[in-house]
Amino acid sequence: MSQSYILSFITWLPAVGAILILALMKKDQSSLIKKFATAWFGLDFLASLWLLKYNRSVGGMQFLEDHEWIPIIGARYQMGVDGVAVLLIVLTTLLGAIAALSSWEYIQKREKEYYVLLLLLQTAVIGVFASMDLFLFYLFFEVSLVPMYFLIGIWGGENRLYAAIKFFLYTLVGSVVMLLGVLKMYFLTQDTALTSQISQATINLLAGNEQAAQLVSNSLQAAATNGTGTFNILYMQAMGSVLPMGTMQVLLFAAFALGFAIKVPMFPFHTWLPDAHVEAPTAGSVILAGILLKLGTYGFYRFNLPMFPGASKDQSYFGTFGVRSVIVFLAIVSIIYGALAAMYFVVKKDGDVKKLVAYSSVSSMGMVMLGLFALNPNGVNGGVLQMINHGIYSGALFLLVGIIYERRHTRNVAEFGGLSHVMPGYAAIFLGMVMTAIGLPLLAVFISEFLALRGAFEANPYWAAWAALGIILNAGYFLWLYQRMFFGNIDNPKNERLTDLNWREWTYMVPLMILSLWIGVYPKPFLRFIEQPVNAVVKQVRPDYQIPGMQTPAPTQAERAGR
Amino acid sequence: MFLLQANTTSIINVADLQLIAPELILTACACVALVMEVVLPYRKSKLTAYFSLVGVALAFVSLAMQWWTMRQALPLDGFYGMVRIDGFALLFKAIFLIAAALAIGISTRFLDIEGEQHGEYYALVLFATVGMMFMACGYDLISLYISLELMALTFYVLVAFTKREKKSNEAAMKYFLLGAFSSGVLLYGMSLLYGIAGSTNVGEIANSVGQIVPRIQGLLQAPAEAATSIDQPIVGLRPLLLLAMIALGAGLFFKVAAVPFHMWAPDVYQGAPTSVTAFLSTGSKAASFALYLRIFSEALEGMRADWAPLLGLVAAITIMVGNWAAVTQENSKRLLAYSSISNAGYLLLGLVAANLYGYIGLIIYLFVYTLMNMGAFGVIISLRRRGIIGDNVDDLTGLGQKAPLMAAMMAIYMLSLGGLPMTGGFIGKYFLFGGLIQRGAAEQKSWYYWLAGWAILNTVVSFYYYVRFIKVMYLGDRIADNKPLALSPALQTALVVSVIGVIVVGVFPQPVIKIAQDLLSAIVS
Repeated sequence: MSQSYILSFITWLPAVGAILILALMKKDQSSLIKKFATAWFGLDFLASLWLLKYNRSVGGMQFLEDHEWIPIIGARYQMGVDGVAVLLIVLTTLLGAIAALSSWEYIQKREKEYYVLLLLLQTAVIGVFASMDLFLFYLFFEVSLVPMYFLIGIWGGENRLYAAIKFFLYTLVGSVVMLLGVLKMYFLTQDTALTSQISQATINLLAGNEQAAQLVSNSLQAAATNGTGTFNILYMQAMGSVLPMGTMQVLLFAAFALGFAIKVPMFPFHTWLPDAHVEAPTAGSVILAGILLKLGTYGFYRFNLPMFPGASKDQSYFGTFGVRSVIVFLAIVSIIYGALAAMYFVVKKDGDVKKLVAYSSVSSMGMVMLGLFALNPNGVNGGVLQMINHGIYSGALFLLVGIIYERRHTRNVAEFGGLSHVMPGYAAIFLGMVMTAIGLPLLAVFISEFLALRGAFEANPYWAAWAALGIILNAGYFLWLYQRMFFGNIDNPKNERLTDLNWREWTYMVPLMILSLWIGVYPKPFLRFIEQPVNAVVKQVRPDYQIPGMQTPAPTQAERAGR
Repeated sequence: MFLLQANTTSIINVADLQLIAPELILTACACVALVMEVVLPYRKSKLTAYFSLVGVALAFVSLAMQWWTMRQALPLDGFYGMVRIDGFALLFKAIFLIAAALAIGISTRFLDIEGEQHGEYYALVLFATVGMMFMACGYDLISLYISLELMALTFYVLVAFTKREKKSNEAAMKYFLLGAFSSGVLLYGMSLLYGIAGSTNVGEIANSVGQIVPRIQGLLQAPAEAATSIDQPIVGLRPLLLLAMIALGAGLFFKVAAVPFHMWAPDVYQGAPTSVTAFLSTGSKAASFALYLRIFSEALEGMRADWAPLLGLVAAITIMVGNWAAVTQENSKRLLAYSSISNAGYLLLGLVAANLYGYIGLIIYLFVYTLMNMGAFGVIISLRRRGIIGDNVDDLTGLGQKAPLMAAMMAIYMLSLGGLPMTGGFIGKYFLFGGLIQRGAAEQKSWYYWLAGWAILNTVVSFYYYVRFIKVMYLGDRIADNKPLALSPALQTALVVSVIGVIVVGVFPQPVIKIAQDLLSAIVS
């Protein structure tokens, strides 16, 4: 198996940058530090563009890397990405560069520490998407909390200490419970009664290509030599096909799901999000909404669906309802509740725009979850694409809120009105992003919501109906917000002398706008990245589901029984 | 007859002495240190510290040589079964020696500040270490008890070492009274065990307990046969066995500061000189766990079904009480005392699991715990100045800007105490929880899973107060004061060594786990 080092390079490059800043630059050289850090983020983004060479017709896990790490517990340093992870990594590096660029004026104290932490956060997050070893994944997943804690806690708003510790502990609860699930899965890979039933066809289906399948067998070989289990994610996914459905699988599903649901965040685990967003600095919000929330939905896509197919499609475990019903119910509640809560902040006297965007994220991420648990190619494609789109538009909206906050030092909706007269460029971009968010055709979110809803409709028309209600509410409050902030006369004298976007702000807003248009008008290149991996996951969860045009045959029942 | 025996076997032979070479070296060094104190003038008494460090290093070298030459032949018995060198003994001794070295490293500066730089201090530390080491390799109730008392007595003195401080005296008094009481309870348990088993040797006790318990079980299950069986009298032994187990357990719960015998810990930890607190919370705790292993996992192995739920319950309560009580503390020594209570609970999980994973977890967690706790106390010492105590959490305010390196190290210790991945604390907890899950799967009992879940949820609580240190160090813009830290080369070295240890175990734990697993797998199977 040939090794590729590009993933390690992209992952660790930001950390190297952080060390360089720590070692070479002094505290008072803030202008040098911010330029260096931004350039470094840009470098990482350029490097990540290499991943777009991902062979879409082959699919599966590519850019593989495999090194010995802690053989005695079966953990290896394995990296690899499928199309979904490729898109998420490129989104991460893009938003990272944008976040750094947007912080130049917003951050006025302790710049050195700030950019170091931003770079470290970048490493942790890319590591999460690139890991193919569960142990490694868990490390990155949990370590990513620490830089974010500092970003909120040092550079946040007035109530930052509370928000920082709330964010930290809340998300920690989920990930520590997940650790038990990780351990149990690891011990299950040593359970020969179970693993002997795994068919090579399942592994091939999930790996997607020969090299990835080879990687799995290499890991197994290494595990056998050392007498350990393995943490290889593909192998654990394959184990899902033979894991008996029962209390154990449901509990394992729950252990993983809790960790991810808090990250997503799904109702009722969302309460940390508004606090964290309101207090975080702009760049922190951008990374939080754009990237960190995706760790949760990515986790569902990568772990819960393929590793616990029995529980994922279960509709009867609790009698009249099942695990899937619970998740879908929570997803729909998130969609509607998020929208209603956001609407409240338009109406409220001192409604905070940032809080509004935060709640709209809850709603939007609910759509991702609904798409994923529709368990058909349309739904999952829609869910995955919605992750990317949400990263683009919510990141952009937080940036826009940050821009006005830098000028006015308030985010109160009631303070604004008639901004389109003084800041036409700003108003135009804001309009573009609001239209994206409410799913206007020819803009990105339309495609993903359409796909997700179509998937949900296929699964159960009522789900789609309820979710559509959420979309209507979404459109309602976003348009209302836009009207209150930008139309009418300038009734607040403080708004009369606001300056429009400067070159730096244009530089980071325009790429996001272009991306939104591109995905909206011609989503095919993006969908082709995720098509094959998504089909594989659907096939893994529902082996009997007929996917048109899918070549890789799933193992037949006879084949499974024969082994 | 006796004469004949005396002629053919000598009481002491060279092979036996080799088994306790590290202890002999330390004892000799401690005696020399006592003399040095008398000979050297006061201002040179720091030489004693460096001499003691050399002694610890020599003992470590001889321990390493033992490991290298004997690891294939383990276990080795000596002194007619009084001493046994096995994997546990070697690993624990290594931890004690590291703890002693770090304790001496952080003590020099502390004693200077306090104006109590006396050579006896280092001699006492060495004697305590000798006691711990014999606790790890004793294989007889007598030798175990004597070494326990050697350690405890020296600690009573050490806790009172800053004799001009009222708090220190009070702490020593409390520790002494409660310690003596708990030793009595322990001794009571030992005497019962001797009465039942007819021997003080751990191996022989294990044999007889292993035989008696199944027979009692059989009789209890078939009462009809039992009435006529000649075995009938031994059924009466069961209450005695349980009483012995509970007495032993209670004595040891006190030593490791597990709930409900934890009350002394916060007062003693706060009152004792900080360097002694550091040593007490690491070395003494590790030694008590060595004793636990000997008595529960070996002597009482046959009663696992009885003591596993007991220890599990105590662990669950200890973890909760320790963590929740720490949340409200303002004094950092007191806070770390509660944290060490909760950590005793986590360490008990390794005993409850009692499989390879659990034991590896116990050893690695103790090792890392020694490093991170020593480091944390070292940072607290560095804040101390004459007149300023420096041991409130708030005294760390703004350390991130005043002394970035120091603050970064403290942050790493704290995150490691909580168990964040990429630090040694995570690897330790990983194995402890893994052991529980494995045991639960092996015995088909769900309470092991719930215990693991309970323990792991409580780590979130622990993060709340560990992160508080980080909060005051970094998140504020205020700086407590601009006076320089009280650093010394020995203190800095100790801090850097601990932080490197914590990170290396966190990121590349392979060698440490490998050594532990090789030494332990022989015992578990």
